[in-house]
Amino acid sequence: MLRYVGERLLQAMIAIFGVLTIVFIVMHLSGDPTLLLVPQGASAEMIADLRRELGFDRPLWVQYVGYLNDLIHLDFGESVVQRVPAIDIVASRLPYTIQLAAGALTVAIGVGIPAGILMATRRGGWLDRVLTAVVVTGQSVPTFLSAILLIFVFAVTLGWLPASGIGGLSNLVMPSIALGALSMSTFARMTRISVADELSKDYVRAARARGLPMPKIIVRHVLRNASIPVISIAALEIGNLLAGAVIIETVFAWPGIGQLAIQSIQARDFLIVQVIVLLISFVYVITAVLADFIYAIVDPRIRLAR
Amino acid sequence: MTLATLSTSLSARFRRIPLPILAVIAILITMVLLAALAPWIAPADPSRQDLFARLKPPGFVGRSGITYWFGTDDLGRDLLSRVLYGAGVSLGVALLSVIVSTLVGVSLGMIAGWFRGWVEVVIMRLVDIMMSIPAVLLAVLTVAVLGPGFLKLVLVLGLTRWPRYTRVAYGQTLQVANLPFIKASELAGAGAARILFHHVLPNIAGPVLVVATAEFGLMILTEAGLSFLGLGIQPPTPSWGSIMSVGREYVERAWWIVLFPGLSLFFLVFSVNLLGDWLRDQLDPRSRTR
Repeated sequence: MLRYVGERLLQAMIAIFGVLTIVFIVMHLSGDPTLLLVPQGASAEMIADLRRELGFDRPLWVQYVGYLNDLIHLDFGESVVQRVPAIDIVASRLPYTIQLAAGALTVAIGVGIPAGILMATRRGGWLDRVLTAVVVTGQSVPTFLSAILLIFVFAVTLGWLPASGIGGLSNLVMPSIALGALSMSTFARMTRISVADELSKDYVRAARARGLPMPKIIVRHVLRNASIPVISIAALEIGNLLAGAVIIETVFAWPGIGQLAIQSIQARDFLIVQVIVLLISFVYVITAVLADFIYAIVDPRIRLAR
Repeated sequence: MTLATLSTSLSARFRRIPLPILAVIAILITMVLLAALAPWIAPADPSRQDLFARLKPPGFVGRSGITYWFGTDDLGRDLLSRVLYGAGVSLGVALLSVIVSTLVGVSLGMIAGWFRGWVEVVIMRLVDIMMSIPAVLLAVLTVAVLGPGFLKLVLVLGLTRWPRYTRVAYGQTLQVANLPFIKASELAGAGAARILFHHVLPNIAGPVLVVATAEFGLMILTEAGLSFLGLGIQPPTPSWGSIMSVGREYVERAWWIVLFPGLSLFFLVFSVNLLGDWLRDQLDPRSRTR
């Protein structure tokens, strides 16, 4: 087990290192990253000063080493536009995105998994067909369309929920549903496939032969086995939800890091965008590692195979 | 196995196409035709403004006698024409970027699966790394750094989405590489390029096609999302995403601006997704019996 943990952590470190490198390359794709960090309308003199100050006049590999060195020491740099450490700006917005992601994950898991179980146990029946149609629909509606439709129906027409902004729990309802819809479909599909897979196995037939009622078999035996692929999806979905927050937060004027990313692009404050991309990628890598560890705990076959 | 035998085996498999899938294929063909014929069938120039006909509802008849079937937008432009032209933009970006990522991803996957060794380690490690950045986010960052533009958008989407193809092509190549006819061809003196292109590729085309279909739907959604955020296709070129981002501001007074491009987008992606699911069930016997 320890060896497995060690190997997996090493993989994660390599992935994070790779992410840092890719972001560095992308930031240099424009030719001169200085131009990405100054406010619009800056004078040529100011840009030249800044280029020297930030070290963008040095050879590329020196810049790269410096960039890695800063990040290893958790120095994310200072926003040139606002003259504040970029990480502070991002951190002040982070709680809102965590709220939103938690809300969306609740919607996705709370609806997706029961729907998947229902579909698997009533395979081929009318309920399966209806839910399959709902799932494919959920996958095909762009998040911004469902967001606007929700606002139109529940805020503009019915006036039940606030259209945008933060406040009470009622402000969280629509963004969570809009953001969670796509993940919900993914959870429903994965649950359906893995539960259906388990249901065809011998131990289910044996349990039925012994007279156990179907609901009990599903809750006590099938779900435990079917949970493994679903855990891995959950880990990936957290990363996808954070990335999807860019659009949802913009539509609902939700002051999280997604909205911050778009505002920073418009203000040409790319250092903040860089920090947000790095942060979400770290979360993505770390949740994937955690999911693998949970697997290994749930299923001894995985850790013993190594 | 050559491409000819592949196509006969595919047509044998697809002889009985269920009605909903036929309907979906019909929708897709119609959309492609409408997009391709937009310059001839669109009732108006998509960027011609009429400030006396701003935010008019569907069915409004303009001063020049023209009927605005989908209504008009905030600058009095004909929404139907904009949606028709926008279809070409959406389909074009999605199709080209899927082609780019298929070419890159499948080549790398076959190379990794065929040559093994350090090549395999490097390529598959790169795949892992690429997959640890959420693709949408990487696309947002790259498009924002490079600036907007049709070709840039295609390249960014194509070059951020190849790892899934690589995984599939790699796994399939590993399986195919040990089959007797490949060994025979290798013994007969065929080079790696010939074997990969003539023998491996046709045998892995099915699963690649399934990935490509699913990705095509995702690409349409991503392009629309980027354009909605103002990072993709720039006005005045009509794109469904950018039309909807204008419509969002007027949703209380002019719901049609969001509704028509939104519905088009939904039907297109819904059709692609249904087709993709069906293709996967056809090509994967395991999921068919489930």
